Amino acid sequence: MEKFVQLVVDGLSTGSVYAALALAIVLVHSATGLINFAQGGMAVLAAYVAWVLTNQGVPLVLAIVASILFSFVLGAVIERFLMRRFERGDPDTAVVVTVGLLTLVTGIAGWLWGYNNQQFPSLFPLDTVSVLGVSVSIRSIGTTLVIVVAMVATQALFVGTKLGLALRAVAINPQSAAYSGLPVERLLMVGWGIAAVLGAVAGALVAPQLTLTPGMLDNALVYALAAVILGGLTSPVGVVIAAWLIGVLENLAAVYVGFIGFDLKVAVPFILIFVVLIVRPQGLFGRKTVVRV
Amino acid sequence: MTLLELEDVTASYGPVQVLDGVSLRVPENGAFGILGANGAGKTTTLRAISGAVRTGGRIVFDGKEIGGLRPDQVAALGIAHVPEGRGSFGDLTVRENLRVGAYLRKDRKGIDQDIEYCLDLFPNLQDRIRSNASALSGGEQQMLAVARAIMSKPRMLLLDEASLGLAPSTAKNVYDAIRRLRLESGIAMVVVEQNANLAFTVVDDATVLETGRSVLTGTSAELKGMDEIRRAYLGG
Repeated sequence: MEKFVQLVVDGLSTGSVYAALALAIVLVHSATGLINFAQGGMAVLAAYVAWVLTNQGVPLVLAIVASILFSFVLGAVIERFLMRRFERGDPDTAVVVTVGLLTLVTGIAGWLWGYNNQQFPSLFPLDTVSVLGVSVSIRSIGTTLVIVVAMVATQALFVGTKLGLALRAVAINPQSAAYSGLPVERLLMVGWGIAAVLGAVAGALVAPQLTLTPGMLDNALVYALAAVILGGLTSPVGVVIAAWLIGVLENLAAVYVGFIGFDLKVAVPFILIFVVLIVRPQGLFGRKTVVRV
Repeated sequence: MTLLELEDVTASYGPVQVLDGVSLRVPENGAFGILGANGAGKTTTLRAISGAVRTGGRIVFDGKEIGGLRPDQVAALGIAHVPEGRGSFGDLTVRENLRVGAYLRKDRKGIDQDIEYCLDLFPNLQDRIRSNASALSGGEQQMLAVARAIMSKPRMLLLDEASLGLAPSTAKNVYDAIRRLRLESGIAMVVVEQNANLAFTVVDDATVLETGRSVLTGTSAELKGMDEIRRAYLGG
C-alpha cells in the first residue's frame, strides 16, 4: 500500500511537469491556433538563465523570477520577429517552423553551456513528510501545488478576463478581431509571452530532478503533447488531469504490469490516447467543434 | 456635415488593380449604398475604408485622413465593419462575441445596456445567448455580426452583403432591424449589397460600381427610376 501511494504521488509530481508544458501548449494554441513544438526548448533556455544567475550568487527564487521575465520577453520576441512571418500563411508551415525553432534553441543552449548535465538547485526541500502513514517528498507536493495554481490561473485568464477573451477571439478569427478594434499583433505577442512563462515554470520545477541539459524537456514534451491530445486542446483543466493520469499510470504500469517495466513505460500514454480517441475524438474534456456549412 | 469621404480611391491585390478611382461621400447620420455585380470592387471598397488593403487616393473620416491606418486603429475611430461571411467567433458564445465587439469600451454599464438593446433588436439571439456562434443558423450569425458591430458603439457601420446566403424572409428581417437601428441610433452606414431592392430600403444615396470605378451616383429615388439600374439590379 505504501508503495502504491508513493508511486501515485511521484506520478502526480512528474505528471505536473508534463502538465506545465501542456498548459503552455494549450495557451499558445488558444491564442494563435498553433501547436508550438519549441515550447520545451524555450523552457530549457529559461532554466539555463536561472541556473546562470544562481551561479552568480543570485538567490534561487529571484533567479527563477528573472527567468520568468526573460521567458515572457523571449516568447514575445519570437512571435514578433519569427512567427509573425508565418501566421498569415499555411498553418502547417508555421508548425514546422516551431519544430525548427526547437532544434535552434536546443542548439543555442548546447553552444552556450555545453551538453553536460548541470546540477540545478531545488525550489523545495528534499525532505519527506508523512501523509496517511506514507512518506511523501515535499518536492512532489510542491510541484503539484504549483501546477494546480498555474492551471487555475490559466483557466481564469481564458474564461474570466477580457485579455483571455481577446486572445481567444484573435486565434479564431484575426481579421474579424481587428475589425472589432483588437490590436491583433500585440495580443499575439502577449499570448506567446504568457505561454513561455508557463514553460519557464515547468523548466524550474523539473531541472533539479532531471539535471539541466539542452535536451532536458524533449521527453516531457512528448508526454505533454500526449496530455494535450488526451485532455482536449481547448481545456486547461482537462490537459492537467490528463497529464496527471499519464504520470500516475506510467508509474503504476512500470511496477505492477510485469512485461511493461521501465523500458516500455513510455508507450503507456500512447496506448491510453489510442483507446480514448476511439471513444471521444475531441479528448476527455475538449469541446466538440460543430462546423456548419 | 460630411462624415466619410472617399476621393479617387485605388486599391490592388498584388499586381491586380481592384479599385480604379472610387469616390463617395457619406454625411453624418447618412446611409450610402454601393451596388454592383460580383467582382466590381464593392467589398474591396469597404476593406479599403477599414485599412485591410493598401490604398491610394484619399479616405477622410471625420476630417481626418485614415488611409494607411491598421484595421484596429480604424475601428478605434468609430468605424465598425460587418464583414462578408459574418466573421463570427465560432468557438465563443453569443454573449462572448458581443463582448469582443465591445473590446474598446470601458463603460461596463453601457455595455450591458447595449447587449440588452441588441437582444431586443434581434430577439432570435436571446435564446441562443449561451450557444457557441458556430451553432447558429446563417441568419442568426448575420444578426450576431451586426450586433457585434453595434457593441463597439460606432459612428459608422460598414455592412457587407448582409443578405448573402439567407432566405428572402430572413434577409428582410435583417434589413428591417438595420433600418430600425438607423432610425433609433443615427449611426451612419455604408451598405454593400447585391440585392439592390434591399439596399434601397435603408440607404438615401448610392453609387454603382463597375470594374472598380463609380459609374453612376445618385439618390435612391433617382437610381430606382433608371431603366438600366432596374434591368441590371432590380430584376426588371
